[in-house]
Amino acid sequence: MRNALNYLGQGVAYLGIAVLFGLLSIWPPYQHFPPDQAQITLSFAHGAKPSTECRRRTAEEIAELPPNMRRPFDCPRERLPVTILLEVDGEIVVDRQLPPTGLSGDGPSRIYAKFPMNPGPHRIVAKLRDTNRTDGYDYVREGTVELAPREILVIDFKADRGGFQFF
Amino acid sequence: MTLIQRPIRTAFRLVENLFDRVFGPVWNPFYNLGALGFFYYWIVAVSGIYVYIFFDTGTTEAYDSIEYMTHDQWYLGGVMRSLHRYASDGLILMMGVHMLREFSLDRYRGARWFTWVTGVPILWLVVISGITGYWLVWDELAQYIAIVSSELLDTLPIFGEPIARNFLTEESLDDRFFSLMIFMHIAVPLILLFVLWIHLQRVSRPQINPPRGLAVGTFVMMLALSFVFPAVSQGPANLDVVPAVLDFDWFYLWGYPIIDRLSVWTWVFAGTVTLLVAVLPWMPPMRRAAPAIVHLESCNGCARCADDCPYNAIAMEPRTDGLPFDWEARVIPDACVSCGICAGACPTATPFRRRSALVPGIELGDDPLHALRDRIHKVCEPLTGNRRILVVGCARGPRVDALTDSETGTVGLPCIGALPPSFVDYVLSRDYADGIVVAGCNEGECHARFGVKWTNARFAGERDPHLRARVPRERIATAWVGAGHGAALRKEIGALRSRLSDLRKAERFSEASDGAEETVDA
Repeated sequence: MRNALNYLGQGVAYLGIAVLFGLLSIWPPYQHFPPDQAQITLSFAHGAKPSTECRRRTAEEIAELPPNMRRPFDCPRERLPVTILLEVDGEIVVDRQLPPTGLSGDGPSRIYAKFPMNPGPHRIVAKLRDTNRTDGYDYVREGTVELAPREILVIDFKADRGGFQFF
Repeated sequence: MTLIQRPIRTAFRLVENLFDRVFGPVWNPFYNLGALGFFYYWIVAVSGIYVYIFFDTGTTEAYDSIEYMTHDQWYLGGVMRSLHRYASDGLILMMGVHMLREFSLDRYRGARWFTWVTGVPILWLVVISGITGYWLVWDELAQYIAIVSSELLDTLPIFGEPIARNFLTEESLDDRFFSLMIFMHIAVPLILLFVLWIHLQRVSRPQINPPRGLAVGTFVMMLALSFVFPAVSQGPANLDVVPAVLDFDWFYLWGYPIIDRLSVWTWVFAGTVTLLVAVLPWMPPMRRAAPAIVHLESCNGCARCADDCPYNAIAMEPRTDGLPFDWEARVIPDACVSCGICAGACPTATPFRRRSALVPGIELGDDPLHALRDRIHKVCEPLTGNRRILVVGCARGPRVDALTDSETGTVGLPCIGALPPSFVDYVLSRDYADGIVVAGCNEGECHARFGVKWTNARFAGERDPHLRARVPRERIATAWVGAGHGAALRKEIGALRSRLSDLRKAERFSEASDGAEETVDA
């Protein structure tokens, strides 16, 4: 009788543990993002132009270099920062200067930013500068997008594909 | 620290007592947490191998292959997937409870620091294994995990291009990423196994398999859960929309809401918590008792102490003192927890010596055996009556000092395994007491791991040094009841006392009968 009660008790204990596993493996649900909101993701990795122009070396300078390093041009490694401006419905949401990455500042500038948005139509203006010009931008793209709840608008930049891309 | 430990210990004791009644001390899951963790690991490994056979590494194939297993092959593939999930959950639960329990029992400091510290990376490796597993399903939950994990990694200034850019659009996602994840999902658990091996280096005879009954019970539970409540995927990942509300596995993913809120500060938070847990053994450092010491002049190199030591703290080395033995014992002080089990195992630890001093081959530096013999003399001499009982208790078992009265003497030891069986013989044969009660930790859960087990085996003549056959077993009682069970110990003492009365009556009857026979003969 005692054995039977023990096994019954073990059954109840196992049932309790099973319920714990079953329950905590899916419940309670976690709300990561408001379901009635949309999102804009702005992300790119883009290398701006070198910070200074390449300089032609003199014949004496070239002669002083080891034979395997005799190049006619001296090009600096460091890149310029990339300036990015993003407007949504006339409001500036991003206006930043992105420094180049890398120890020598020769890597691409990068950004990864997300913004929750109300669903509906939005006027997007994206501008980017990657040269040493002081005003204006090298790349501009404007457009109107209609966002559904939870929908993501990805704004990427690829210079070899013409600049900004909206996905 | 005691203020934190005490309530946790009390809570554990309450639940353990309940489970003791239902499962018994051997099958009690709380006394087999580490072994259950290993058991779940093997279930995860075997079910994982099966799931891997059918898994496709591709942006759409991954989800589809798992859906196939879950629905089309539910009877085997689906069950294997569910076992994989639930055993993983079980593994992390066992680990967490195991850690908390060892902390509450103060079994993480002193010589045990190594086991505690090597347990910390195990926690992370298990969590990383689980996260990479959830990633592979490539459903909405996987999408969330992938993006949040990548964003967290991108906060470290070590990646040229943000990893999270892999998850910007469907076209930016590469099948090769799944190959990388499956590699990690296999490699990390293998590394985990290696670290587990290191984790057990300072533990002799580690119990890595649960008792069969418990293993069967827990496996049947997992299997039933897998059939009744199979693990399923959430909707397929879609990088065009944000996963908003997710069914969450809180065993593994509890950190993600923290990442959502702390972002880059998650590293600081996780690093601080990890560091705090890792340095816990020194907050504050344990005031350690002196380790065991070897008296080479008495050590015959029999190696029983090394064999019985629960923490691999005794090494047998070639003889250095010229005595005609091959080996001598050497204590490794850093690994010694001063339980005294080695002294209980030493065949030279006999209190019967008269001509020479009681200097055994090995004994505790703080509690030498001659002092134990003196204590026994001291507490037994005032006892009166013919039902005199000596109670020998251990520091982690029920308190024995409060039981002292005119018929009961008490002595304490760090662990009951420190009692050489010859002392029991000594007490009874030299008439220091009429009976002896040996009390200690719960049978399934000795604080020093093997104190109860070795004592039982020594008394039963199954392990050296044996309790001599001449010792009347009816005058000995054991009470493996654990701390806080003074009532159960008193009950055992009462039962022995009653038995002693019966023995006394029987002896009188026998004496009277002998006398009558003699009269008749005369």
